[in-house]
Amino acid sequence: MLTISRELVDQIVAHARADHPDEACGVVAGRDGVPERFVRMENAERSPTFYRFDSMEHFRVWRDMDDRDEEPVVIYHSHTATEAYPSRTDVSYASEPFAHYVLYSTEFDQFRSFRIVDGVIEEEEVKILESNG
Amino acid sequence: MAIEVRIPTILRTYTDGAKAVDASGATLDELIGDLEARHPGLRARLVDEGKLRRFVNVYLNDEDVRFLGGLGTPVTDGDTVTVLPAVAGG
Repeated sequence: MLTISRELVDQIVAHARADHPDEACGVVAGRDGVPERFVRMENAERSPTFYRFDSMEHFRVWRDMDDRDEEPVVIYHSHTATEAYPSRTDVSYASEPFAHYVLYSTEFDQFRSFRIVDGVIEEEEVKILESNG
Repeated sequence: MAIEVRIPTILRTYTDGAKAVDASGATLDELIGDLEARHPGLRARLVDEGKLRRFVNVYLNDEDVRFLGGLGTPVTDGDTVTVLPAVAGG
């Protein structure tokens, strides 16, 4: 199960909508599996059907996480014409076995989370923590 | 002295779980050859048909080796090589 704050969900959705019709992507860094720090990434492909982190930004963000003892708790990207379900390319390039792969569909307003390990997709429940502000 | 190679989570099965391992060589290609001798199977995850795999990023210190010289990039003791699988999909 992915437990994530409403604020982080809103940031992911806002990023996806801002970059629509291109796919948006990014990371939520955190510790002990708790997503905390939103990091919006460039989609180096600037494409409606593909995304890839810019290699230098990827390096800097991963090094920052290392320095802060963080991990990529969530790796998110948007689908802009299809459902929020991992595509074949999503599965073939999934390379962070401990991350929650979050997909947001701007077309269907769906926010879903998956584990992708060794080519196997497993959907998980998403629990959104509402702020009591 | 040696060259430190930082291994991403997904490839640590080849390094008994180690986050970083030492290797040596005069070029990235030689370094990967030395890595392969110590950790069999790693080379094929990094190199395909004599080129770095398209969806694996390799950095020498702070630079992507694609912008340096690919597998021919010279490396020296004290350098750090970082491997990160590309984060990509469709």
